[in-house]
Amino acid sequence: MRVWWSLGLLRSELVTVFRRWRTLALFGVLAGVPLLVGIAVRIETRNGGTVGGGPRGDNGPAFLEQVSNNGLFLTFASLAATLPFFLPMAIGVVAGDSVAGEAGGGTLRYLLVAPAGRTRLLVVKYASVLAFCVVATLVVALSGLIVGFALFPVGEVTTLSGTTIPLSAGMLRALLIALLVAGSLVGIAALGLFVSTVTDSGIAAMATTVGLLITVQIVDTIPQLHVVQPYLFPHYWLSFADILRDPVQWTGIAKNLGLQALYAAVFGSAAWARFTTRDVTA
Amino acid sequence: MAQPQAAAPGESATTVGAPRTAAEARAAVTEAAEQGGVAGDTGDVVIETRRLAKQYRGTLAVDGLDLRVPRGSVFGFLGPNGSGKTTTIRMLMGLIQPTSGSARVLGRPMPNAARSVLPRVGALIEGPALYGFLSGRHNLLRFDAADPTADPRTRKARVGAALERVGLAAAADKKARAYSLGMKQRLGLAAALLQPRELLVLDEPTNGLDPQGMREIRALVRELAADGTTVFLSSHLLDEIEQVCTHAAVMARGRLIAQGTVAELSAGSRGRLGVTTPDVAEAARLLAARGLTGLVTEEQKVIGELPAEPPDLAELNAELVGAGVRVRGFGLERTSLEDTFVALTGEGFDVAG
Repeated sequence: MRVWWSLGLLRSELVTVFRRWRTLALFGVLAGVPLLVGIAVRIETRNGGTVGGGPRGDNGPAFLEQVSNNGLFLTFASLAATLPFFLPMAIGVVAGDSVAGEAGGGTLRYLLVAPAGRTRLLVVKYASVLAFCVVATLVVALSGLIVGFALFPVGEVTTLSGTTIPLSAGMLRALLIALLVAGSLVGIAALGLFVSTVTDSGIAAMATTVGLLITVQIVDTIPQLHVVQPYLFPHYWLSFADILRDPVQWTGIAKNLGLQALYAAVFGSAAWARFTTRDVTA
Repeated sequence: MAQPQAAAPGESATTVGAPRTAAEARAAVTEAAEQGGVAGDTGDVVIETRRLAKQYRGTLAVDGLDLRVPRGSVFGFLGPNGSGKTTTIRMLMGLIQPTSGSARVLGRPMPNAARSVLPRVGALIEGPALYGFLSGRHNLLRFDAADPTADPRTRKARVGAALERVGLAAAADKKARAYSLGMKQRLGLAAALLQPRELLVLDEPTNGLDPQGMREIRALVRELAADGTTVFLSSHLLDEIEQVCTHAAVMARGRLIAQGTVAELSAGSRGRLGVTTPDVAEAARLLAARGLTGLVTEEQKVIGELPAEPPDLAELNAELVGAGVRVRGFGLERTSLEDTFVALTGEGFDVAG
């Protein structure tokens, strides 16, 4: 019974997050990315050409070259294109605002005297941010799938190792990739939640989280800083591509998930330590 | 349990350095509290703090507070802005940690027992705070969902009843963003009334309401108190406290300077005698000779404070007449909580009316 009643707060939190216009606008932007990419590729390849400059190989988002041959690759290309910034920025907004927004609006004090319980409220907040990670990723994946199937031919999937697998197996791997991308956002979600417990301004928390994301992404590209790079949360993000190898390479994926779990543990604990002891004066 | 009650104002009186008149007023209040005792003193106490203190970056926002709120009272919590009222309320509700001292609410220590205490307490703290993008009804559904003791099966019905009770049923499905301040205030009150409560903590509940709304809220407070709910009401409207409260406490500069029943507090400020006469100079001379202090002479009237052992008023009147003073009016001026308050705090105050 108690568990069920605790779920009431989670349900309320989910409704509150997903009913906001801001959330729907973020989903709209995310859904628009595959559409734009799809249309651009379609126009570029109208005369039978290819995208991405071919010979240079490593330019442009991954998988873009295969999109015109197989619409399913638009899903992979869209996830690869949104993972570095669009998705984590959306997470930064929602996670940063989660506690600080309530504090700034004053509703935090009413939740706490209800009494929501500080630990319970924090857990529910993190759970709703994670739910947002999953839904946001699925929005990108589904939009990519629909646009890809509408604009391009679809068939057997050629893996990165050169083998071919049937479309059904390819779809399954697409789902797996979407879940891995969502899992890649666990770290920044915890970081955003922690930042959110430090300030009473939702805007400040969002800006700080997004600022940290950009800083970390830049540090991750500077060769001289390679010593710290394996500890940066986005470092192994693109490892999800290994799902498309045959057989699947799990090493990078495991490293990514391990790193995300570490971030979740460290910043989750920090958020808990901060939130359960702070004075709520807003 | 009578001991700390009697001792508390006395201690405050000895520790606060204040003007002479304030010290006198406090002494009078303490005396009254010691003699009469506080009604409900024998019953239990819903809020009790001991040497409660909160320090913010070196300044004491609340200092050595010994507050006692008897069960069943309507307790007025008075003080100028910045006197530490809200900080005290936040400590009582477990939102901020006291620097030192302890607080017990409904017999359990706060903030440690927040989970078992707060479901039995309804609170309106520093004005209402709502989700502008949710309707009034959904705001209440959310606050109710936050309470783990609230039964989800009766949630809709309880939310409906609370909206009804504060007169907001018609606007329940409008977005809270579109509410006026008065409507927000009512919705905040509705949130405090989602469950039957033993204690209601209402911080300035009539703020932003029109006179009709104020009357309604005061009637609601009286109704709740009649049902046995203890109401802890902070207000800067002395008028309001006098109208609805049975007990009151006065804070100034982070310290509690008086607490007791409203009647005791009003009596704490000594009576003033007013004499209406065209012969003001002669009247003033005579009154001064009989020990009245602080004489104020107006065109047709002399007002003065009676001494600690006042003379018989009939004799005094006869004496005035005998001395040839044409007495047109003679009587005690009503002493109000306002007089007490000004005497206690020696400060200007935002007074209603």
